[in-house]
Amino acid sequence: MAFDKMELREIEVWDGNHAAAQAMRQCQIDVVAAYPITPSTPIVEGYAKFLADNYVEGEFVMVESEHAAMSGCIGAAAAGGRVATATSSQGFALMVETLYQASGMRLPIVLNVVNRALAAPLNVNGDHSDMYLGRDSGWIQFDAYCPQEAYDLNFIAFKVAEDHDIRLPAMVHQDGFMTSHTAQGVKTLSDDEAYGFVGDFKPMNDMLDFEHPVTHGVQTEEDWHFEHKARQHNDLMTKVLPKIEKTFEDFAKLSGRKYNLVERYDMDDADVCVVCMGTSVETAREVAGEMRAQGIKAGVVGIRVLRPFPFMQIAAALKDVKAIATLDRSSPNGAAGMLFNEIAGCLYNTDTKALLSGYVYGLGGRDLTKKHLVDLYKELQANVDAGKVTTPLQQFIGVRGPKLSFL
Amino acid sequence: MSEMKNIKNLKEFSTSADRFEGANLLCPGCAHSIIVREVLNATNDDLVLSASTGCLEVCTAVYPYTSWDASWIHIGFENGSTAVAGAEAMHKALARKGRLKQPDRNPKFVSFAGDGASYDIGFQWISGCMERGHNIMHVVLDNEVYANTGGQRSSSTPIGGSTTTSPAGRVSYGEKKHKKDMVAIMAAHGIPYSAQVAPNKWKDMVKKIQHGFAVDGPVFINAVSPCTTEWKFDPKDTMHLADLSTDSLVFPLYEIIDGHELNITYRPKNVVPVEEYLAAQGRFKHLFKDEYKYLIKEWQERVDKNWEYLNRREEARV
Repeated sequence: MAFDKMELREIEVWDGNHAAAQAMRQCQIDVVAAYPITPSTPIVEGYAKFLADNYVEGEFVMVESEHAAMSGCIGAAAAGGRVATATSSQGFALMVETLYQASGMRLPIVLNVVNRALAAPLNVNGDHSDMYLGRDSGWIQFDAYCPQEAYDLNFIAFKVAEDHDIRLPAMVHQDGFMTSHTAQGVKTLSDDEAYGFVGDFKPMNDMLDFEHPVTHGVQTEEDWHFEHKARQHNDLMTKVLPKIEKTFEDFAKLSGRKYNLVERYDMDDADVCVVCMGTSVETAREVAGEMRAQGIKAGVVGIRVLRPFPFMQIAAALKDVKAIATLDRSSPNGAAGMLFNEIAGCLYNTDTKALLSGYVYGLGGRDLTKKHLVDLYKELQANVDAGKVTTPLQQFIGVRGPKLSFL
Repeated sequence: MSEMKNIKNLKEFSTSADRFEGANLLCPGCAHSIIVREVLNATNDDLVLSASTGCLEVCTAVYPYTSWDASWIHIGFENGSTAVAGAEAMHKALARKGRLKQPDRNPKFVSFAGDGASYDIGFQWISGCMERGHNIMHVVLDNEVYANTGGQRSSSTPIGGSTTTSPAGRVSYGEKKHKKDMVAIMAAHGIPYSAQVAPNKWKDMVKKIQHGFAVDGPVFINAVSPCTTEWKFDPKDTMHLADLSTDSLVFPLYEIIDGHELNITYRPKNVVPVEEYLAAQGRFKHLFKDEYKYLIKEWQERVDKNWEYLNRREEARV
């Protein structure tokens, strides 16, 4: 029985989870091996319903854990076909071993990660702890700030990951609940447009080609392991970002929606800016506009691609700004925040005299309010006026109790 | 559909097309390679294979070499079964979508794993694969120990076995716990076929593997794999040890169809005392001290009881 196409309205009201599930349906995935976990469960449920209603022709394997989900995805991808799944938080943490295996075996799997805090204490709400946990795993990491982007970035992720020059798995991140469970207008592609964009899956070293047997997942010790890892890193550092930029351009031609490695907002003449990810980017954009009405030239830099890290593009985006705040939504647990460190790395050895300070916020789903950002921009302006960082280098915002700051 | 391969004699069997090369790094006298060849040679169909981390994996796919002339994958220690299940799912999907490169083939999906990777760390993954009904075969190369990492106990290690993490010593006779009955646990999933096999009984092995390949659904095979290194016997004696294991009924050969119908497939003409099986292995040497001889008696009683249980299960036809 051939599967049915779905007629979509030009604009649908979808939350991020449903947007991701719809994108997965439109990509005509061959195998989804999955396990439910809050808040990404509706992606898996949505896909199951598509299958039950004959909108999907592939195999859907409901396994017994997230580790098995990614293990099944790896086996399926090595067999030679389009593969995707979804997870969050503890499930992502359980998957970590297999994330490294998927990327090291150069298998183009797409993983929707609906970002959520990591226990203990147990918490189902959104922060970026799971996203940060995956950052050295060799995957490409896209970050969506809203349901529309969660939808669009899935197509882009498949297109980039499956390219034979790339052959690396890709994650599409969205904020737990704030994006995943918040319905918004999403401009859709028709089924034909969407599938036409990602194209047919082109197998390579597929286990189901019995005329060309292939060995996947070999042993290498000190004689070859380094060369394998170095080649993977080389491809991430030299091939992936240009491929993503080209795919962003192609996608803009199709949809009219243009994505960038680094999303600059009001940065042309900004004196102060925040660098952040997820739904906070949209909040920061709104507050930046309000700060400008108060005479503070505020801007926002959103990270669209966390891995490979767009080092040069960020340095360029920040080169003329006078004070920068990095917003990390994951506890650094004994260090400066990840974004603080990455941004410092981008700017060191450049001509910038920008003042850099770091903020940790929103852990376990704590709201980042406009008031927080107003105060933050004012602190940045005070730094500019004083010609030095007037606050500790690391501040926790939105946490109860006495003000918490370090460094 | 595939044709059942007809094998007349051992010479023909051992010289049939090899998809597992003799060029590998397994110990001389290792039973793993014998079992793997017996399994693969039971069919002429195409194969999609996995190996969980362990002796078989580290000794057969060391880059830039491979001993496998068939599609093969290794991911990790615990998830070889699920790797093959994923490939099987992809085969189903591509068949439905008309995208198989060789649609006329009838591939067999087999995962190989040691007892550590099956009884212990991979237990949940195998259980999941069995429960979901994938058309795969999981073969345990059961040497009752983590041999690849130097001989630590697993839940397959039998009572009295000395391993590096359950060593015999001044006040210890080694492993204190009984071997887990994995065949019964897997049969309890209601799978169409589960069986215990041994490399010395190759006709019985081939029959069971072919039965497993013919059924639709998951198959579990437990293969006794005498380990020259950890059981501590001379490499030339591998088949002798396998004979002792089956003929002492420490490893009885039987099958369970559809989770309940049990058939004993080998009845030794002359049953060997368990003591002889134990005496042939260094790992049980300490049991022959006076203070531990009661354990040998208990071993014999346990084996007798199990044999009686299997016979009664067979008679009951339930």
